[in-house]
Amino acid sequence: MPTYPYLKIDHVDKSFTRGSTETEVLKDITLGIEKGQYVSIIGHSGCGKSTLLNLVAGLLPVSAGCVLLENQEVNDPGPDRAVVFQNHSLLPWLTVYANVKIAVDKVFASTKSKQERHDWIMHNLDLVQMAHAKDKRPAEISGGMKQRVGLARALAMEPKVLLLDEPFGALDALTRAHLQDSVMAIHTKLGNTVMMITHDVDEAVLLSDRIVMMTNGPAARIGEILDVPLQRPRKRLALAGEPTYLKCRQRVLEFLYERHHFVEAA
Amino acid sequence: MNMPVLKSETAVSFPTTPAKVLAIAPKKTPFAARALVQAKAVAGTIVPPIVVLAVILGVWELLCRKAGATLPPPSRVLKDTWELIVDPFFDRGGIDKGLFWHMSASLQRVAFGYALSAVAGVALGTLVGQSLWAMRGLDPIFQVLRTVPPLAWLPLSLAAFRNGQPSAIFVIFITAIWPIIINTAVGIRNIPQDYRNVAQVLRLNQFEFFYKIMVPAAAPYIFTGLRIGIGLSWLAIVAAEMLIGGVGIGFFIWDAWNSSHISEIILALIYVGLVGFILDRMVAGVASVVTRGTSAN
Repeated sequence: MPTYPYLKIDHVDKSFTRGSTETEVLKDITLGIEKGQYVSIIGHSGCGKSTLLNLVAGLLPVSAGCVLLENQEVNDPGPDRAVVFQNHSLLPWLTVYANVKIAVDKVFASTKSKQERHDWIMHNLDLVQMAHAKDKRPAEISGGMKQRVGLARALAMEPKVLLLDEPFGALDALTRAHLQDSVMAIHTKLGNTVMMITHDVDEAVLLSDRIVMMTNGPAARIGEILDVPLQRPRKRLALAGEPTYLKCRQRVLEFLYERHHFVEAA
Repeated sequence: MNMPVLKSETAVSFPTTPAKVLAIAPKKTPFAARALVQAKAVAGTIVPPIVVLAVILGVWELLCRKAGATLPPPSRVLKDTWELIVDPFFDRGGIDKGLFWHMSASLQRVAFGYALSAVAGVALGTLVGQSLWAMRGLDPIFQVLRTVPPLAWLPLSLAAFRNGQPSAIFVIFITAIWPIIINTAVGIRNIPQDYRNVAQVLRLNQFEFFYKIMVPAAAPYIFTGLRIGIGLSWLAIVAAEMLIGGVGIGFFIWDAWNSSHISEIILALIYVGLVGFILDRMVAGVASVVTRGTSAN
C-alpha cells in the first residue's frame, strides 16, 4: 500500500470569477503535511495564502484538484479542520465559556456527558490560561486574550488539523511573543497537526517544522519549501544566536525580498 | 559630544538614606456627603424638565386666560376634567367609561396587532435577509406598501372583516410590520461573514444557526425595528379608533370633540403621550437587556 501524507493538497487550482473576468489566484499547489507537523505558509500579502487556508478549511471550493485528509476528500467545512481566525471571530453575545461551549456541545453532543463536556471546556480554557476569565464577554478582554479563547475553541473540537489564519497578526509584539510561546507549548504537549498562515519570518522559523514559501500572485505557486531542523522544545532567547535558526531565517528573507520581492506599490 | 553626558551621569548623587514609605489613609467620604452628591445628580436631571414644563404651562395660562380664547387654559382643563382624573375606573355602561377603560381597550388592540406584526415581521425579515430571491421578489412590494398611510388601510380592512375590532387590529399590524421587516432584513444581511464561517466550521444546522447566530447577531437591528413599530402602532390606533368608534382612547377624543369638551381632549392627549412614551421605554428596556454585549466588539 502506498503511503500518503496525513493532509494532502493535490494539484489545487483556485480562481475567482467576477462577471466575465476570471482571476487565477492559486496555481497547481501540491503539498503534503505529516501528522503532528507544524507547517507555516508565508508569502507577501495578496498572494493567496489565506485562500489556500480557506480551501483546506472547506470554506471555499477548489477550482481544480482536491484536498485529502487521511486520504478522504474534503469539500465542506467541518470541526475536523478547526480554524483560528485572524480576528478571533468570537460571538460577542456569549461569554468566554459559552463561546467554547457552543463548539464542544456540537462536536461532542453524543460522545460526552454534560459533566464531561464541562470538564473538557474548562480543560481547554486552562490550556490557554483563560479559565480565570470564563464568565467575561469578548468585549471585556484584551485582543491577546480573545485570540487565546479562539484557540481554545478550535482545540476543543479535537481537530485533525488545526488551521491558523494569521492568528497573531493583529496583536502587539509582546503579546504576540507570549502567544507564540503558548502555541509552541500546546503543540509540544498535544502534537497537533498545524497549518499556519503568517507573514512574519521570525514567527515562521520559530514555530514551524517546515516553511512553505509562496510566490507572488496572481496564479501564486509554492516557490520553495524549507525544513527547519531545530530541536524542540525551542527557546526564543537561545535561538536568537543559533546558526541554524539564522540560516533558515536568512533563506526565507532571501526568498521574500530578493527573488520574489513585492512588485506592486506596497 | 558624548563625554558631557557621561559626566553629568556620574555627577548625580544618590540619596544615602532610603525614602520613607508614607502610609496614605484611604479617603473616606461620610454618608451625608455621598448622599448630597447623589441628590445633586438626581436634581440635575429632574429640575430642568420641571422648570421648562412650568414655563410652558405659565405661557399657556397667560395666552388662554383672555376672554375669547378658543382653547381653555391649564387651570380650566384641570377643573373641568378633575372628575376624570380622580376616578379613571367608573363604568356607566356603553361608552361612558373612565379613561382607564378607554386606555386599556386601545392597549389591547395594540398588543394584539403589534404582537402579530412582531412575529410576522421578524419571520418575513429573516426570509428577505437570508434569501436573495425572496429579497428581489418581496423588497419592491414592501417598499411600495410601506408608504401607504395606516388609515388608508382601514376602509379595506372594514370591507374584509365587516367588524371594527379586527379591522383596527389589522391596521396596527400593517402599520407596525414594515419597519420590523426592513430592519430585521438589514440585520440578517449584515451578519459578519466571520460568524457564518464559525457556524460552517461547527456544522451548525439551519435551526441552530437561526437561534444561536442569526437572532442574537441581528438582535440590535430587530429591536430598532420593534421600537419604531410600537411607536407607529400607537400613532395609528388613535386615528383608527376615531373612525371605528366604540371604547378606546381615539373615540374618546372624537366623542369629546363632538360634545365640545375641549378640556377632555387635552387630558386625553396628555395620557396618549405618556402611554406612548412608556411603551417606547418598555421596548427599549427589553432591547437593552436582550442585546447586552451584542453590538460591542
